Amino acid sequence: MTESLKSPTPIRLRGRSFLAIVLSPELPFSNWLAGLDDLARRSTGFFLGRPIVLDVAGLDLSREALEGLIEELQARNVRIMGIEGARASLLGPGMPPEMRGGRPAGDIEPAEDQAPTEAAAKPPAAAPAAVAAASPASVPQVTTVVPPSPASLLIETPVRSGQSIVFPEGDVTVLGSVASGAEIIAGGSIHIYGALRGRVMAGSVGNPDARIFCRKLEAELLAIDGLYKMADDMDPQLRGQPVQVWLDGDAIKATTLN
Amino acid sequence: MSKVVVVTSGKGGVGKTTSTAALGAALAQTGQNVVVVDFDVGLRNLDLVMGAERRVVYDLINVVQGDAKLAQALIRDKRLETLSLLPASQTRDKDNLTAEGVAKVMGELRKKFDWIICDSPAGIERGATLAMRHADVAVVVTNPEVSSVRDSDRIIGLLDSKTEIAERGGTMEKHLLLTRYDPNRADRGDMLKVDDVLEILSIPLIGIIPESMEVLRASNLGTPVTLSDASCAPAKAYSDAARRLMGETIPMAVPTDRKGLFGKLFGRRAA
Ligand SMILES: Nc1ncnc2c1ncn2[C@@H]1O[C@H](COP(=O)(O)OP(=O)(O)O)[C@@H](O)[C@H]1O
Ligand SMILES: [Mg+2]
Repeated sequence: MTESLKSPTPIRLRGRSFLAIVLSPELPFSNWLAGLDDLARRSTGFFLGRPIVLDVAGLDLSREALEGLIEELQARNVRIMGIEGARASLLGPGMPPEMRGGRPAGDIEPAEDQAPTEAAAKPPAAAPAAVAAASPASVPQVTTVVPPSPASLLIETPVRSGQSIVFPEGDVTVLGSVASGAEIIAGGSIHIYGALRGRVMAGSVGNPDARIFCRKLEAELLAIDGLYKMADDMDPQLRGQPVQVWLDGDAIKATTLN
Repeated sequence: MSKVVVVTSGKGGVGKTTSTAALGAALAQTGQNVVVVDFDVGLRNLDLVMGAERRVVYDLINVVQGDAKLAQALIRDKRLETLSLLPASQTRDKDNLTAEGVAKVMGELRKKFDWIICDSPAGIERGATLAMRHADVAVVVTNPEVSSVRDSDRIIGLLDSKTEIAERGGTMEKHLLLTRYDPNRADRGDMLKVDDVLEILSIPLIGIIPESMEVLRASNLGTPVTLSDASCAPAKAYSDAARRLMGETIPMAVPTDRKGLFGKLFGRRAA
């Protein structure tokens, strides 16, 4: 610390976006938590190592109730990175920081005359569900965060167990299969030309029009815009079939293709 | 040009060590210079299956740490002079295996041998990733059951991302070796079918090794099955797989159990 304060070397601040999962609890919490337990039980490790944001907008909560909820989540190994939609009086020391936005992070420019540590400690003004992180380096430079990216991602190889493809910018197309234990999270639709055996989440940044297409349905989990279905909830008739999945209001609909 | 082959699987007990010894011996029988390398630090087995456990003086970690020369650690097989073993350490911590150290040993082995066959530990941790790191070719050992197939799929993902070849932007040559295949259980539908495994893993098949008492007998004798009885079904299957590894085209048959079939017909008649 003292070192960096003395040193005139400016540090470089970089933005980095992460796709966070937003949990929107509903009252009564006991029911909502039971639903969460059910999801966690059926999809082990789902919340592990993911950035998770708690959206409490529209809930009239006391600070005690919010603390209680966070404790309940912690007991389930769900660590909350930030809170969205809470009154300022609810937050403060000991609570996860406030988050707003949901837009990509803009450039972060270090002010020349500021002590580097101060600059580093200053949070970016608009942190989206994508979070801006700062990392030090030796050259003063303004870094652009995300280059304009194509709205679709094509994967020509099978997606293997343990692999995770996250593409909030748009559609994902996989020419091979998606293995059991693999997952794809897309901002748009997901097209799989092989067998779908893993987990896929389409429209993950709030797009109810996203769809899922696959040549052979054997999925562990299907989700569109946060609404999900597990393998056991799916119509057994659809197993092994070429299938299209879409959202009709709050219901996930699926039908065979052709 | 020497080839480094990693024998890997994710799951334990599927037949990696058995396959390393059998493939190594089969390749050596064709006159190629072969070394089998045990990466299973702390749980070494390859020396037992090769019948060399009493001859281990130095091991891979000694060589990596510079305590012994490679030539001091290599054990030449008593039956086949083209076959050698580089044993693992049973006592040292696997953290002693460093990526640079292993790279250096691999470089030296490449100068001496045509084939370097690396027996990987189970799991996806350091030992397993170091064993695959410098490989040119991977033999993915899989049993026809769901958990083994899923673990193999995971390993294939690592082969395509955590290896030198992958980091240079290339793709590793991968072969599926289906082991412990039981024709009776396959007939009864208790195991995944060959086609199902191939469809899930989508890498080419290099051999199907039947479940066999011969394998257990050979490993208890400390002899690779391809050396103990070259005419038994698993030895033939391993020899064919070794030839395919060398680039030969040999037709492949799914093992059947004649007795089983006969028994079934007979049983049906009697009923
Ligand atoms: N084809 C086979 N038929 C019968 N037993 C086998 C066969 N292949 C392996 N085994 C036995 O299975 C056990 C595990 O094999 P091993 O090669 O040590 O597996 P790994 O190295 O993958 O842990 C050993 O007891 C071995 O003798
Ligand atoms: Mg072993």
